[in-house]
Amino acid sequence: MVNFILRNIWQRIILLIFISIISHAIVHLAPGEPALVDPSNPRMKPEDIQRIRAAFHLDEPLHVQYVYWVRDLATGELKSFKDNQPVMEKIWDRFLNSLPLFVIATFITWCLAFPIGIRAAVHRDSAFDRSSTFLSYALISIPGFFLSYLVIIFVVKTFNIPVLGMRTFGLEDASFLFQSMDRVWHLTIPALMSAIAGTAVLSRYVRSQMSEVLHQDYMRTARAKGLPEDQVIYRHGLRNALLPFITMFGLTIPGLIGGSVIFEQIFSWPGMGRLGYEAILARDFPIILTLNFITAVLVLVGTLVSDILYAVVDPRIKF
Amino acid sequence: MNESKMILQTDALPPSKGLFQERWDILKRNTMAYGSFWFLISLLVLAFFGKVLTQYIVVFDPKIVRLSEKFLPPLTVFKSSITPKEDAPAFGVYLFGTDELGRDVFARMLEGTSVSLSVGFVAVGIMLTVGIFFGGIAGYYGRVKLGFITVDTIIMRFVDIMLCFPTFFLILTVVALLPPSIYNIMIVIGLTSWMGTARFVRAEFLSLRDQDFVAAARSQAIPEWRIIFIHMVPNAIAPVLVSATLGVASAILTESALSFLGFGVQPPDATWGNILSDGKNFLFDAPWLTFIPGFTILLVVLAFNLCGEGLREAFNPKLKTTS
Repeated sequence: MVNFILRNIWQRIILLIFISIISHAIVHLAPGEPALVDPSNPRMKPEDIQRIRAAFHLDEPLHVQYVYWVRDLATGELKSFKDNQPVMEKIWDRFLNSLPLFVIATFITWCLAFPIGIRAAVHRDSAFDRSSTFLSYALISIPGFFLSYLVIIFVVKTFNIPVLGMRTFGLEDASFLFQSMDRVWHLTIPALMSAIAGTAVLSRYVRSQMSEVLHQDYMRTARAKGLPEDQVIYRHGLRNALLPFITMFGLTIPGLIGGSVIFEQIFSWPGMGRLGYEAILARDFPIILTLNFITAVLVLVGTLVSDILYAVVDPRIKF
Repeated sequence: MNESKMILQTDALPPSKGLFQERWDILKRNTMAYGSFWFLISLLVLAFFGKVLTQYIVVFDPKIVRLSEKFLPPLTVFKSSITPKEDAPAFGVYLFGTDELGRDVFARMLEGTSVSLSVGFVAVGIMLTVGIFFGGIAGYYGRVKLGFITVDTIIMRFVDIMLCFPTFFLILTVVALLPPSIYNIMIVIGLTSWMGTARFVRAEFLSLRDQDFVAAARSQAIPEWRIIFIHMVPNAIAPVLVSATLGVASAILTESALSFLGFGVQPPDATWGNILSDGKNFLFDAPWLTFIPGFTILLVVLAFNLCGEGLREAFNPKLKTTS
């Protein structure tokens, strides 16, 4: 077991090095330089551009720049090109904003997807199954920002509450109760919107897993023993159907950055996805690279944890 | 003599149907998938005619600006005295209304159909080419060793690396850094989505490469690229077809998301995505500018998804026509 974990960690570290090299190469080889963000600015003289390039080591060969980046990242000295702030601190601030959104969206996704999927699988070909299938396809197919706009207009017009941003401006002196209610309202709609597509996909998976399990021999045995139907489905069926979802949980983690760009942009939520978007616009290479790197680390840790959990939960897997 | 032949014929099994005929019959039973299939075929025809009409016939020209006619609701009859007669919309009616520059939304949607679909199809074409190439090599030459690691390990580790990137963030980075062009968007979407196909093809190849027909082909000294691409790929095509259909759907959605962030296909080319993201600025004054492209995308992507799922079910070997 320990051997297995160590080997896995070792493989992942090698993967991580390759990922960082590739993403470094992609970002630096693509045309468009930090110094050229604002080409029409008359105050930018060629000497200034030269100075900026020298300060950010942009004139060095690529592999030297890579070494600089890794060294700065490891020592925590990495500074943003845009405002010279420490990168890790900036990302950490935004991470704290993104986290509640991600946690609540994931919570909504898993809480909705499982009951829907199980019910659809148990009552196969019923009206509920058909309508939930069709609805989940429709929700996957709708552009996220289009649906969000419709919901924002609906909510603002019907309930008269602001939903953009993290909090309402000017409520700093209000009592704690008002402030927390305000935060909850601002959190719910974006979390719901970013949970919708995930719920639709996940409920389809749950349904197919469950309907596979329901035809197994041990289910028939459990029924033949005279166990109540609920116990058959949830004790014998669901527990076996749950296994693949351990892997899926590890794969939801990159959504923390990549999947949230659109929704954080719509709801002007100052999170990591938006930080990435702003960094891309400003050609802020250290932030882009570090965000990419952090996502890769998260993915690798997520898959490692799910591999280990899989082995712990499923006694059939041996090392 | 003749009679006994007749009896033999009636006793025999029904004529066996080809693989595709059998699967096609299964697909037909799924009404929604079958319906979306024909819907998509007619959409392709529409896209083709739209391309021709908007290129060569002046009444369908989506680029005509009529500033005196802006924000007209759908189904407005053309009766302006300022705009010259030859700039009138098709049939003298603004079927889908006009936008902030007085351009005919119907003509723009018609042009957008071909552009959006070609973004989807070209991206999926790239995805399939790269995916089949890497998956095929990893599956067929998997055991060949290069130095101390096998070909299979190299390619599959590369797939793992690609899967670790947050896809949309990567697309956004590359598209934002490259000069804006419709071809870059197609290429980038294609190059970031081939990993699933490569995995499917590899898995199929692993079971195919030890089968008799491959051994037979090899014994005839047929070149290896021919064995891979002419003999084996058609046998592994079912999951590829499914992921291609679903891939077009997600490419159209990705393009519209990029348009929303301002990195999509740039004007004057119209796609559903950029009509939608332009229209959202006038959501209250001119809701049709948002709803028409929004529901079109919903409908078309839904049709691709349903069709893909129908194909997946139809190619499931557990299902038979007789069941």
